[in-house]
Amino acid sequence: MPLLLDQVKQSILVANGLQPQEIDQVMDTLLSAPLDAADIYFQSSHFESWSLEGGIVKEGSHSIEHGAGVRVVSGDKTGFAYSDRIELPILLEAANNVKAIVRQGQQARHKIETPKSWTRLYQPFNPLKSLDDQEKIDLLKRVDAETRKLDSRIEEVMVSLVAAYDNVLVANQDGSLAADIRPLVRLNVSVIMVENGRREQGSMGGGARSDYSYFLENDRALEYGREAVRQAQVNLQAEDAPAGNMTVVLGPGWPGILLHEAIGHGLEGDFNRKGTSAFSGRIGERVASDLCTVVDDGTLPGRRGSLSIDDEGTPTENTVLIENGILRGYMQDKLNARLMGVKPTGNGRRESYAHLPMPRMTNTYMLPGISDPEEIIRSVKKGLYARNFGGGQVDITSGKFVFSTSEAYLIEDGKITRPVKGATLIGNGPDVLTKVSMVGNDMQLDSGVGTCGKDGQSVPVGVGQPTLKIDGLTVGGTNV
Amino acid sequence: MQNQAEINRLKDVVQQLLDEAKHQGASAAEAAFSVDNGLSVSARLGEVETVEYHCDQGIGVTVYFGQKKGSASTNDVSPDSLKETIKAACSIARYASEDEYAGLPDPERLATEFPDLDLNHPWNIDAEQGIALAIECENAGRAYDKAISNSEGASVNSHQGTRVFGNSLGFLQGYQSSRHSLSCSVLAGNGGGMHRDYWYSVARNAANMESAQLVGQKAAQRAVARLGARSLSTRQCPVLFAPEMASGLIGALLGAISGGSLYRKASFLLDALDTQIMPDFVRIHEQPLLKGALGSASYDAEGVATQARDIVNDGILRSYVLSTYSARKLGLQTTGNAGGVHNLTVETGENDFAAMLKQLGTGLLVTELMGQGINRVTGDYSRGASGFWVENGAIQYPVQEITIAGNLKTMLRNIVAIGNDVDLRGNIRVGSILLEQMAIAGE
Repeated sequence: MPLLLDQVKQSILVANGLQPQEIDQVMDTLLSAPLDAADIYFQSSHFESWSLEGGIVKEGSHSIEHGAGVRVVSGDKTGFAYSDRIELPILLEAANNVKAIVRQGQQARHKIETPKSWTRLYQPFNPLKSLDDQEKIDLLKRVDAETRKLDSRIEEVMVSLVAAYDNVLVANQDGSLAADIRPLVRLNVSVIMVENGRREQGSMGGGARSDYSYFLENDRALEYGREAVRQAQVNLQAEDAPAGNMTVVLGPGWPGILLHEAIGHGLEGDFNRKGTSAFSGRIGERVASDLCTVVDDGTLPGRRGSLSIDDEGTPTENTVLIENGILRGYMQDKLNARLMGVKPTGNGRRESYAHLPMPRMTNTYMLPGISDPEEIIRSVKKGLYARNFGGGQVDITSGKFVFSTSEAYLIEDGKITRPVKGATLIGNGPDVLTKVSMVGNDMQLDSGVGTCGKDGQSVPVGVGQPTLKIDGLTVGGTNV
Repeated sequence: MQNQAEINRLKDVVQQLLDEAKHQGASAAEAAFSVDNGLSVSARLGEVETVEYHCDQGIGVTVYFGQKKGSASTNDVSPDSLKETIKAACSIARYASEDEYAGLPDPERLATEFPDLDLNHPWNIDAEQGIALAIECENAGRAYDKAISNSEGASVNSHQGTRVFGNSLGFLQGYQSSRHSLSCSVLAGNGGGMHRDYWYSVARNAANMESAQLVGQKAAQRAVARLGARSLSTRQCPVLFAPEMASGLIGALLGAISGGSLYRKASFLLDALDTQIMPDFVRIHEQPLLKGALGSASYDAEGVATQARDIVNDGILRSYVLSTYSARKLGLQTTGNAGGVHNLTVETGENDFAAMLKQLGTGLLVTELMGQGINRVTGDYSRGASGFWVENGAIQYPVQEITIAGNLKTMLRNIVAIGNDVDLRGNIRVGSILLEQMAIAGE
């Protein structure tokens, strides 16, 4: 850990000409006001992307960004300023600006215990350097060539490869420093296929907090291509989706976006402190059938949604949200935890130094049940089997949420029959999980593609679930 | 009002970038430098909640080595960083493939006239004044109706920035612009029947925004109107998209006629140029030079002159929406739309909103859509919706937890009427849109 801290101090502070002890000067300026909490978030990120289409690698981009965000909190009031210049005079000016918000504050300073150690969940390497540029190009070209071989109906293949190397340093008011080095890679393949004038697409991707070698292990990159083609093949056969309320079986893995939208956002601490969530004040109440246990777990090694420490320096946790159907807990950052009188759960996240942290999910998933997935399908007389999804959205106040299928089939007399076109599913968060009547034994996490948006801030997340049977969800097809 | 000294400061940096690119061997280059400063304050339950000072800057460069292209960006504008950024772009370009369509715009397409579009109106507002305005706005919302039970607060945002763009063909231009907004979000009802809604106003000139009172009241009015919302049974019926939702419908059309979707053949409107895609009363055109409008610009992201032109008239698709690259891929000319459209305007009919409701007769008024259920390749459309059930032109009750579905090709052809209740808050200017029929799924 000390090595990593030294490395990050070097890459962010010293590289910009700021001496580590000068942080204390900025903090002293902040602490001259009667506030509850203060932090300075330093960040340096490198990002690159490469994309292939029409058989050629026609674009690549590279970016370097760094900066620092200065925050003070008094009660529920926050003052915040940031700069892309990590220089003492600029940080002192920012500190003087933001502490104005607590001029009338009376709160005593809270003593926050900052953990001194935590588990490192990923290697602190720079994924941009894990392959040389020619090898990155060769990887994209190989995925393109191998994917095109799979089906003569393929008209276009698009492959993208991105990597981020993020160094962060959080200075807290107690003088502690927490550092993290976060690698993140992602590869995506999408194909367009044409048959008899009909045009359909399929796409698949994956990623991890790892380096580019992740895509070479077990030929993962080629597997994404095969899966994209398979989805496009299915979509070429798809008929109009049904409309109305019916039994829906959700496949394992990425369909766990249901949990993220339907309940995850509603269990973020800020909404619950303010009483604006459909789940506000419902701890200890039944919000799901007793087959359901849902956690938010930021501690899974190497996962896209994982963090060794969150963006406030709190080590991430495995937080039980729903246990056997009973609502157990919310996800918290420091501010909301303090105001609600609970412990932070390591869910304080921010898109960058230029954004304020707030409670966000990490990897949100449901634990496996006991049912054989085939038995679940067999139990449905008429319904929809949704195997893959695009994105989703939720209104945390009314609890209404949507998510859209990208691969779905009709279930007729206990058998998966015909594929149907993409349709949006809509439900009510606080009661959708009460309709879960079977939970499979096949829990899977998604392949590492999730990005969650909240208040204009994007962060990488993960989801997962076993096969689930929901007795009644509205399916938005055209076949009325 | 343009601060020429600040524009010139940025121009110097962009020129240095272009010179450095040439020095490092690039055969052509383009570069942009933007600086943005802002203040955001929010208040909740009558007290300040956050005060944020924004200060962003960034440079972006694209270099060409013949037909090979590379890009890089950074927010560090120190001389060393500028060199490193060019180096990174050049390194990528060396590895990228030859692309016969890549390159700067044809010189004759570059803008040569730069009228003052009245885009820059800095708002002299400090945190204290912003807080007072946000509190006034939220108070108006909270006081509007006894049913208002909680609040997510009100916020005031003010941004002002400078952007300079140049390329190695000698184009070097910049301008300043401002953007201010006021928004409010409140809750009505309690427990399981709780609803939230919001309203906002946005303008280049703060004096043109709706008053804090009005923004707060509209937010509250919208939240209260949702109380008692229920689902509908599954059915087919006519659907009226409120103006805020109609712009999304036009946005989906725009996506399908954009060069990137077309050359990738990822559009439900392939080969639709000069064919009837909407009823013959529909005209959609671009008005890039409107004074003071949110989407105005005399040149696009590549320096190409923007064009006031028809995209659809008599319901016929007259023009795609193209950048230099996508135009070359399609064997066409750029339409000055690198980076998007500029004040895309859908001509309105005679009907105001009340008349549109009357014309809807019995059907669904959609005021909110959820999710991304639009397939650009096939045009298949399925999204979560809420709004109101309307009978004989009169709103009956709020509805929620339903979906609306169809296919965009048919939906666009089945437009019955377009209202004159235009929403001017975005880059797409359109009134409410009435569709003959869609599939509704519900309880």
